[in-house]
Amino acid sequence: MSQDFKKIVIENSDSIVQMWMSEINSLKQDNYTANISDELFESTNREFVNVIFTSIKNQGSVKVVEDFSEKIINLGWPLSYITDGLQVFRRVSVDYILGQSVKVDSAHISDVMKSVDVWVEPLIRQLVNEYSGSWEHIVSLQRVALQELSAPLIPVMDRITVMPLIGTIDTERAKLIMENLLEGVIKHNSEVVLIDITGVPVVDTMVAHHIIQAAEAVRLIGSTCILVGIRPEIAQTIVNLGIDLGKFPTKSSLRKGFTRALEITNRKVIDLEDNEESIEKMIESLRGE
Amino acid sequence: MTPQSCVTIQKEWDIVGARQLGRDIAKKMGFGTVDQARIATAISELARNIYLYTENGQICFEVVENMNRKGLVILSTDNGPGIDDIGRVMEDGYSTSGGLGAGLPGVKRLMDEFDVQSEVGVGTKIKAIKWAR
Ligand SMILES: Nc1ncnc2c1ncn2[C@@H]1O[C@H](COP(=O)(O)OP(=O)(O)OP(=O)(O)O)[C@@H](O)[C@H]1O
Ligand SMILES: [Mg+2]
Repeated sequence: MSQDFKKIVIENSDSIVQMWMSEINSLKQDNYTANISDELFESTNREFVNVIFTSIKNQGSVKVVEDFSEKIINLGWPLSYITDGLQVFRRVSVDYILGQSVKVDSAHISDVMKSVDVWVEPLIRQLVNEYSGSWEHIVSLQRVALQELSAPLIPVMDRITVMPLIGTIDTERAKLIMENLLEGVIKHNSEVVLIDITGVPVVDTMVAHHIIQAAEAVRLIGSTCILVGIRPEIAQTIVNLGIDLGKFPTKSSLRKGFTRALEITNRKVIDLEDNEESIEKMIESLRGE
Repeated sequence: MTPQSCVTIQKEWDIVGARQLGRDIAKKMGFGTVDQARIATAISELARNIYLYTENGQICFEVVENMNRKGLVILSTDNGPGIDDIGRVMEDGYSTSGGLGAGLPGVKRLMDEFDVQSEVGVGTKIKAIKWAR
């Protein structure tokens, strides 16, 4: 019985596709896909209906379903495009089969609906799973990308490293800061690390505590940690909280911190022009002799 | 008095949500950058305590006006274990979680008014006010 219905649908795919297309098009106006070009919408619909037919014909052809849901995600179309499309297909198929039937009673209607559901439901499940699975994949990739961004370490020059922190610090990120800091100090052989908190919106006790611990750990492995980029309002809240940062060096700006780092590593920035001038003076004084 | 707006604290990122809402309200009320930072930090402390020491709770905000001054009220409410010795948790450096123990005494200094009510096994209510100048 079910096989017969399936045969009707497959053999009359042209008419069913036509009915399906016109219903889908009517959905376009008052819906999500309103600002999509007609050509793209049309071609995607054709692909969609092909996917539906392919997977009804040879049950469980995973590959086409996978490819199609990935395409919909890449286009940025909502999940409802997929679910609406399949609902319409269900309705159109049931209508078509009933239209072809000689005798239509409630038992027959229920038979038709049931058997159509048997082919459409697994497809809904499969497409929805693929779609949400791809999303989860994207989210997890972005999570990794964010993690990589969350505590970057820049070896600006020999023996001096900078860690610029931007955005909210939660416990997970605080742990990463500590790990990256220690790993980086050893890897780059840094004598001084500057932690720049210019971009951190709130420094509460948790953040302060983690920074203090990180600085202490850096000290234990023989390097110096300088906290820079302390905005005036942050300085005041830290004082209000009663947190003592007296034990380790702080500077208001990255620039000042960097100068200090140069001092610690026994270096300084020399202005080239001044240098040339003094050389000229030296040469002149030599001539005078 | 304006109606309260509240944020439920359950996950760590709810702390950020509470902070942002509080900061927005403070900004609209005309608080300066330093006071905004103080308010955001106080919210962060109270919300983090809820996150750390209780199952869940709420941070609520209210704008009060009396005798030609305006204030922002932060209310922290939870049904957690409660605090047995309030005097002790208000000491700098007292922490049961290995923290700095600077949160609650810090909030008291960051804000203008501060009040803790707590009953063991019932929960904790903390009210803090910052007056706009
Ligand atoms: N809402 C609460 N319910 C129950 N106990 C609490 C609550 N808030 C704070 N406490 C208790 O009070 C102690 C002190 O809190 P406080 O915020 O001052 O320091 P902390 O959270 O331990 O460290 P931090 O300096 O990071 O805030 C906590 O360790 C905890 O035992
Ligand atoms: Mg605390």
